[in-house]
Amino acid sequence: MADQNTDVIQGTLDMLILKTLSLQPMHGFGIARRVEQISRGVFKVNPGSLLVALQRLERAGWLDSEWRQTENARRAKFYELTHAGEKQLELETADWTRRVAAVTRLLRAEA
Amino acid sequence: MSLWRQLTRGLRILFRRDVADQELADEVRHYVDLTTEAYIARGLRPDVARRAAQLEVGNMTVMRERVRAYGWENSVGELIADLRFAVRRLRANPGFAIVSILTLALGIGATTAIFSAVNPILLSSLPYPHAERLVLLSDRGQDGSPRDVTFGTYTELRARLRSFQSLAVIDKWQPSLTGTNEPERLKGQRVSASYLRTLGVSPAVGRDFDEADDRVGGPHVVILSDRLVQRRFGGDRSIVGRRVMLDDDEYLVIGVMPHRFANVIAPAVDIWAPLQERAQAPFNSREWGHHYQIVGRLETSVTADRARRELDAVGSAPLPEFPRPIWANMRAGLLVSPLRDAIAADAKPVLFAIVGAVLVLLAIACVNVTNLLVARSAQRRGEFAMRVALGAGRGRLLRQVLTESVLLAGIGGVLGLGVARLGVGALIALSPAGLPRIDAIGLDAPVFGFALAVTTLIGLLVGLIPALGAARAGLHDDVQQASRRTAGGRGIARRALVVTEVALALILLVGAGLLMRSLERLFAVAPGFSPSRLLTMQVIDPGRAYASDTLRRLYYERTLDAVRHVPGVAAAALTSQLPLSDDLDGYGYEFQSTPSVKPGEDGSALRYEVARGYFTTMGIPLRRGRLFDDNDVRGGDEPILISESLARRKFGNENPIGQRARFGPETGSNRPWDVIVGVVGDVKQESLAFGQTDAFYVPMGRWWWVDNVQSLVVRTTGDAAALAPSVKRAVWSVDANQPIERIITMDALIARTASQRRFALVVIETFALAALLLAAIGIYGVLSGSVTERMREIGVRSALGATRGNILGLVVRQGMSLTVIGVVIGLGGAIVATRAIMTLLFGVSRLDPLTYGGVIVLLAGVSMLACWLPAWRAARVDPAITLRSE
Repeated sequence: MADQNTDVIQGTLDMLILKTLSLQPMHGFGIARRVEQISRGVFKVNPGSLLVALQRLERAGWLDSEWRQTENARRAKFYELTHAGEKQLELETADWTRRVAAVTRLLRAEA
Repeated sequence: MSLWRQLTRGLRILFRRDVADQELADEVRHYVDLTTEAYIARGLRPDVARRAAQLEVGNMTVMRERVRAYGWENSVGELIADLRFAVRRLRANPGFAIVSILTLALGIGATTAIFSAVNPILLSSLPYPHAERLVLLSDRGQDGSPRDVTFGTYTELRARLRSFQSLAVIDKWQPSLTGTNEPERLKGQRVSASYLRTLGVSPAVGRDFDEADDRVGGPHVVILSDRLVQRRFGGDRSIVGRRVMLDDDEYLVIGVMPHRFANVIAPAVDIWAPLQERAQAPFNSREWGHHYQIVGRLETSVTADRARRELDAVGSAPLPEFPRPIWANMRAGLLVSPLRDAIAADAKPVLFAIVGAVLVLLAIACVNVTNLLVARSAQRRGEFAMRVALGAGRGRLLRQVLTESVLLAGIGGVLGLGVARLGVGALIALSPAGLPRIDAIGLDAPVFGFALAVTTLIGLLVGLIPALGAARAGLHDDVQQASRRTAGGRGIARRALVVTEVALALILLVGAGLLMRSLERLFAVAPGFSPSRLLTMQVIDPGRAYASDTLRRLYYERTLDAVRHVPGVAAAALTSQLPLSDDLDGYGYEFQSTPSVKPGEDGSALRYEVARGYFTTMGIPLRRGRLFDDNDVRGGDEPILISESLARRKFGNENPIGQRARFGPETGSNRPWDVIVGVVGDVKQESLAFGQTDAFYVPMGRWWWVDNVQSLVVRTTGDAAALAPSVKRAVWSVDANQPIERIITMDALIARTASQRRFALVVIETFALAALLLAAIGIYGVLSGSVTERMREIGVRSALGATRGNILGLVVRQGMSLTVIGVVIGLGGAIVATRAIMTLLFGVSRLDPLTYGGVIVLLAGVSMLACWLPAWRAARVDPAITLRSE
């Protein structure tokens, strides 16, 4: 278990964040937790990369952010997908699907 | 939307960096808190859980840097930091900053000022719609130079040419305005009805001329300039529809031109009237005189070349319905030049020379500042190495050094605009008569754009060498400040720069020297008369008061009589054209003894119609025969005098006295011949430098008409200028309504004929002196830097027994060797560069050894001075102190 690679695949972090936020607005920790849960522990998000990526995506106009009270009365920065963000997610999903299909075909041909 | 977001977020971060940082810190803390709780929930001790959470989230500083590296505001932030740093560095070293900034201000200011003068003349298009299609047509003179055309030629061309959308013809006109305030002689033009339409302009108020105005005996109508309406009629536009008195006639004002209208062909003109010439006039009428200009607008699809070919074709194919006299037979073809080139033609050599000079000055200024920057970056090697060691990239270092030089240039540029303002004022004040488009010279938007571009370019340019040096310094990993024990080798760049400076300064000095010698030679030319204590003015008969030639002549004689009685007047006379003024009036001729192949093709001679006493008043010597006298009577043999050069040309060594000739409209006719009674000395008419001296003189009243504008020449016993008021009073004592114009002493007139050269001289001389100063500063800077670096070596030398003289020699030799190399290179440059001012030189070769020698001595002397100060400092080095300090 210790030597199993849990790094998020290079270049997919943005897509994972966008997808996660497309379900509901969330704060940074929530996003990390959700990615881990849904991937059943295959991916573990590096908090540093995540927080930097959130800033970047927000600047790109794909996310909006808002400081809100959480259920246990703490202030947290919640992120939410914008219209542009939804489009971006569609683009990245389509792109990813295309690539995965290609890789899968290649692997099958090999076998 | 996204762009807007980029902008607002960026700005918010830029100005509220602390808030942005705080938000990130809050978010990180929240994350850490939640992670800690998660660990605690899994059963870890709270303190262990918190440590693990912090470890997982990572270093806050690193994260902040990563966030900051994103977005445009980040580079702006860096730029601001660089700027702050640069300002601090400049303030830490005010001497360097001040010298650099002043040098750049001088260079940028001078360049900007010259650009502002050159731009409207040479670069920007004339202020008319599609001005590129406007051309000026001129006759070709005997030497191929452009010459005014005749109205007859215009009549034929207008009927036959197809390349032009419209053609217009212009004649000079100088009506006297009377009836309001004091009488004034205006500068005006008589124009064909098509003139303003050809230029593509129309009056702001009222109407343009139409064909009905421009016919023989047409109405007396005028269009006024806005300038004249402001000056004489209080800016009242309702002048349109009113009448003004011009030359004793009433003229109806039909229009006023817009304020912005510039009449580039003759900028001083304030009034226009229809030409009203006869389309079919006899050859001996004014319509066939060479005193008109033709301006044309080409058809859209026609090039100047095609127009030229059409003109050649028309010129070589005369038609019977358009008879041509021999002096306007178009056989030599006509010249077509774009209007912009035509009006700039005279000023071009001067402007090019000045542009060249200012670029050299700018180059020297840049070299000087580069030099200072290189010296400073040499001192900062340790600093740069340290920054590289701390992780600064080469690009980052480069950018910082360039920020510094651009900041220097920026401050220099702002001050330079002040310099340019002064410079433009000086240029306008100094500008030679006839500099075109002078009203368009000023600091306008294109000039500011130019200054900005030059400033930026120079900022990058002067920073480039030091910046590359800095980047390299970073590569040498010499954090522990390289020891300065070795003296040679270093600073090759600086020496090369000093050599460049000396070479450039030499080029400018040679240019200024050659112009100075030219002026000296020019003023040494004998004008053919005695110019000192000679007062001149134009007296004008404005209208119909003296309707006949006889009345007019009597009026002039009475005037002359009155002037001769003024105390302080030694002699006085009148002439139809005044030497070295703008007057130029020539006619064809033929001689009975040496018949021409074709009558009238011998060329032309200057015509002077003079009152008695003209030659003695002017001091023009009689070479042979006699002057006019009272026994000369009209009818029979008309007596004339000719100039020496004309006599020599036509008669060689033979005696011309008693020979017969015809001049002007008589040429080729069967009118009686005139008789040459005397030969007088040659007189310079157009300029001291050039122009023909073939001339003939007729007594006043013996020409076909009596000119209504005469020049009064007065020889005074004392100061000529001081006598002007009493001479004017004497003229007005005969008739108080006569305008008097162009009151000027002959000395001032002669100075004015050289005004273009003087202008070039003053400007280039100023630049050359500035260049000399900058070069001296450059030499001084390099040497004193080198002395500082070599303190230890010098100390060792003197400890080993070198005398003060040895040390002095060592340093001076080092500096002077740079000067010598610079001089040698500069000589090569000067030999090439002086081609540019060849047309401005007079009586001196562009390789004049005296000038070159003088300049070398001057340059050597100044650089010797610049070497002496650091050398003296070096010679006073106390070996004990320098050696102890290591």
